[in-house]
Amino acid sequence: MADTMIEADGLFKSYGETRALAGVSFSVPAGSVLGLLGPNGAGKTTAVRILTTLALPDAGQARVAGIDVLAHPAAVRRQIGVAAQDATLDGLLTGRQNLVLVGELSGMRTGQARTRAAELLELFELADAADRVVKGYSGGMRRRLDLAASLLMRPPVLFLDEPTTGLDPVSRQRVWEVIRDLTGSGVTLLLTTQYLDEADALADRIVVVNHGQVIADGTPRELKERSRSAHVEVTLAEPEPGAAGVIAPLVGGRVSVSAHGLRLSAAVDTAPGLATALVRALDQAGMLVDNIEVRQPSLDDVFFALTGANVPGHDNGSGATGTSAGLGGPGAGVAELESEGAQA
Amino acid sequence: MTPAIAQRPRDAAGTRPITHSAAERVRNVVSMTRRNLVHISREPMQLSDVTIQPVLFTVLFIYLFGGAIPIPGGGSYTDFILAGLLTLNLVTSTMGTAVGLATDLHEGIIERFRALPMWRPAVLVGRSLADLLTACLCALVVAVTGLAVGWRTSAGPLPIIAGFALVLFFAYSLSWVAACVGLNGKSPESAASFGFIVLFPLAFVSNVLVPTQHMPGWLQVMADWNPVSAVTAGARQLWDNPNPSASIAAWPMQHPIEASLAWSVLILAVAAPLASRYFRRRTTE
Repeated sequence: MADTMIEADGLFKSYGETRALAGVSFSVPAGSVLGLLGPNGAGKTTAVRILTTLALPDAGQARVAGIDVLAHPAAVRRQIGVAAQDATLDGLLTGRQNLVLVGELSGMRTGQARTRAAELLELFELADAADRVVKGYSGGMRRRLDLAASLLMRPPVLFLDEPTTGLDPVSRQRVWEVIRDLTGSGVTLLLTTQYLDEADALADRIVVVNHGQVIADGTPRELKERSRSAHVEVTLAEPEPGAAGVIAPLVGGRVSVSAHGLRLSAAVDTAPGLATALVRALDQAGMLVDNIEVRQPSLDDVFFALTGANVPGHDNGSGATGTSAGLGGPGAGVAELESEGAQA
Repeated sequence: MTPAIAQRPRDAAGTRPITHSAAERVRNVVSMTRRNLVHISREPMQLSDVTIQPVLFTVLFIYLFGGAIPIPGGGSYTDFILAGLLTLNLVTSTMGTAVGLATDLHEGIIERFRALPMWRPAVLVGRSLADLLTACLCALVVAVTGLAVGWRTSAGPLPIIAGFALVLFFAYSLSWVAACVGLNGKSPESAASFGFIVLFPLAFVSNVLVPTQHMPGWLQVMADWNPVSAVTAGARQLWDNPNPSASIAAWPMQHPIEASLAWSVLILAVAAPLASRYFRRRTTE
């Protein structure tokens, strides 16, 4: 199992003036899931395109299933399943016809391809829509059909480029379930995402890319430990204008106050007895505390710390971690505005 | 399970490149052809240029020009023009190949094809075969419409079929030129302009609609050496229809069948490899 199934070694790629990859290296052991995480334009898709023989790197090496991607692209194509970011389906064919076509073009006999297509349509809950033209499918249905197409040949290596981008929460959960089932079956999976919770939920290891470079690499847990900051949130019984000033010295950072003045939050270094100290200080100031929560860093915090920038669009899908408003994304700007208001 | 799977490609890699057997290639081409035919069945209006247009052209030209154009050497204009209409319709319909390929390149589906272990030229061959099948439908429509408005031939069944085959073969070779255009166009719309800029002049500056005898000298030379004229004269000769070009000294007009076959083979030999090179270039980044 220690075999490396996907290997990127010093990949460089430019499109005209735009440098998409500036020396990206990572590897994925057989049977594991790698989450390639980064904002839009980080180079995730370019890396996937090179590994799936769709693009040639300007420099660097790539191996998939032990095969040199540059020297033997045709051999690599027999080992991989690919679900690209934009669903790559034939809109004028039905879902079933799409799958049968992909099967036939992959070397299956028509009968074989039909059986496998029926199986996958059932698995992805597309059986009812199987004989409808794909042009009329919803975004979630297209994604699932695209996933089904990538699984048709039961490939040992699978590439999913942002499999849930643009999906509603229900479709997203469904895609997650499918991916979880897959990972139990020994498939090696590379998954790109701009959603931290998605990488956290599905990946064994995470490689964070930004501006075409790897800026972090580790298990979700290791990455969280690397960012030492935790997050504290205090809910008061009634609005207290002075509360932010009371806890500010203890948390050593900026305190955000919610619009109604009841909730205070701040990034903190984890310290023993922090919650006790905060409650005591507020109590001494005559303020009633309803609730206090010290939260370990989420990948949002990690990502924010690593890139020093907002995470475009990550807010769209933050529901699944169950955390309150994360640090990255559009929420961050609001929190800072509030905090400035509180300090003024 | 995984180690066993990982082992297999390692043995295959490096020792010999993966190739496709003839049977695999044929199966890929059949799949792609079928796909393109399904497309046509979904949007039947795509077929208008091989169904409605031939009927319109046939009726229009025969009744508009029929009485006004004398045929050197005699014979009816209806019998004269039918081979011309067949060529005209088939030549202009090759525009569909350009538009179809350009459309494919703009859809995500081409990415799917590229990541599959398929025989890639099947994308092009499947397109050209589907277009050949619609061209056959077009030929049938022209023939039936022609018969309905009075076209007659005294030739036997074999020469009649040979006449249709001659024109269809030329259209097939021309569809590879259209493929080159479609693969180089920026969009399906720009591929469509190929029809108006290249195909219409090519089809009209010929003996398709009128005998070339009455053209100005320079134009007549162009028309007599235009492959479209050779193909049309070839069909007329095979069908025993009026063929005024037979009295013209230019070599292609004296040997129209040989000339049109030569043109078709030449065009195919140049355009097909060129198209697959453009395809490779267009799908490499």
